[in-house]
Amino acid sequence: MNADYISGSMATTAGTVPRISTSWSIVDILNTIRVRWAIGRMNYKVEPGLYAIGNPDAGSEVFVSSNFKLTFDHVRRALAGLDAWLLILDTRGINVWCAAGKGTFGTMEMVSRIGKVDLGKIVTHRRLIVPQLGAPGVSAHEVKAQTGFRVVYGPVRAGDISEFMKLGMKATPEMRTVEFPFWERMKLVPVELSYGRYYLLLVPALFILLSGLNRNGYSADLAFADGLRASFNLVVAYLAGLAVTPLLLPWIPFRRFALKGLLVGWIFTFVLYILHMTGQGRIENASWFLMIGGLSSFLAMNFTGSSTFTSLSGVQKEMKTALPLQIGMAALGFVLWVISKFITV
Amino acid sequence: MGHLKIYYCMNGFVYLSNVATLELDQEKCNGCKMCSIVCPHNVFMIENRKAVIVNKDLCMECGACEKNCSEHAISVRSGVGCAAGIINGILRGTEPTCDCSSSGNCC
Repeated sequence: MNADYISGSMATTAGTVPRISTSWSIVDILNTIRVRWAIGRMNYKVEPGLYAIGNPDAGSEVFVSSNFKLTFDHVRRALAGLDAWLLILDTRGINVWCAAGKGTFGTMEMVSRIGKVDLGKIVTHRRLIVPQLGAPGVSAHEVKAQTGFRVVYGPVRAGDISEFMKLGMKATPEMRTVEFPFWERMKLVPVELSYGRYYLLLVPALFILLSGLNRNGYSADLAFADGLRASFNLVVAYLAGLAVTPLLLPWIPFRRFALKGLLVGWIFTFVLYILHMTGQGRIENASWFLMIGGLSSFLAMNFTGSSTFTSLSGVQKEMKTALPLQIGMAALGFVLWVISKFITV
Repeated sequence: MGHLKIYYCMNGFVYLSNVATLELDQEKCNGCKMCSIVCPHNVFMIENRKAVIVNKDLCMECGACEKNCSEHAISVRSGVGCAAGIINGILRGTEPTCDCSSSGNCC
């Protein structure tokens, strides 16, 4: 291993352990920005195993985390100034909370990793500090039964670790609670926009192609003029569902994400309508209300997966009514839009 | 805990009511407090050495409490509260799942 976050190595009773830096290099910062745009995000990993922070000894605490590099970076930065061990589980490059939900950040991997690095030989105490959001995958009493190590659940956010340690390994209610502030939602917008980048570009291309259709056959000029306007309207729908709704999430009325997205989509469509961007006739106007509304609603509903407070039962309930309506709106809107190429009312 | 409920409501971070599948069997509870420690939304409180569900509508069914209850006093149908994951499951005929471990998008 010769990654730039490794600053040296230290000998232990169970072999050599790499020592890691607690600050970020320029490369780390640039990679963080890249991954936030979903570029190479699924393959941004570090080697699982044991790492040393500072000069740990047999009495130093052991912190546990995932091998997603973005997570790893935040944790090592949060551990600056401490002498500690960092045990990295193999979560296949997924963050702690998502991996815990799947069980890869879980009891089995934790137990086997403790054995692989021979942790029982390196430290004399029997304590692990595990992020609270790892709990959906980890059964503390089973880890204790199988390894003798007692799991202490640390704070939700790595940034609270030093405060947690100062309080004698006690987390305040705030440290235990998951929130979803504006800044965190903002960080998710790029990845939301990058999600379906091919489809997001393919659909406008189709509209440009079809825009040339008219009563007299096909016109390339029309395809260009009307097609660009159609593409603009589609981008507005994407932004309404993927950016504006997530950012303004708690302030938009309704609890259902689909309704939040529909409302935002329609507000934007209304602005486009006033600006004469939704076409000339009534049919095309109606088609844009249906298509932008349905699309924005669907994209906003998908944000449930990135949010921190929606339940499976809740999303299933919401989708049961929302999904058929969204598909219906988009399909009907599309049919009306094609018809408006031939009939003007 | 009442003030926490108000906090969530005022911030608009409450999802649908009366849907969470969370159940607690107080008879089995030994008062170890683990559920109140692992819950990310303060759903539990400990009263008279027994866990109590105080904010059921805030439950996101992550399953942390069930997994860490040594007495098996808690049950919840846990899973991803993710529309894309549910669609994924429907298309493949499996349980709702995000596609995190293979290529593609992730929650």
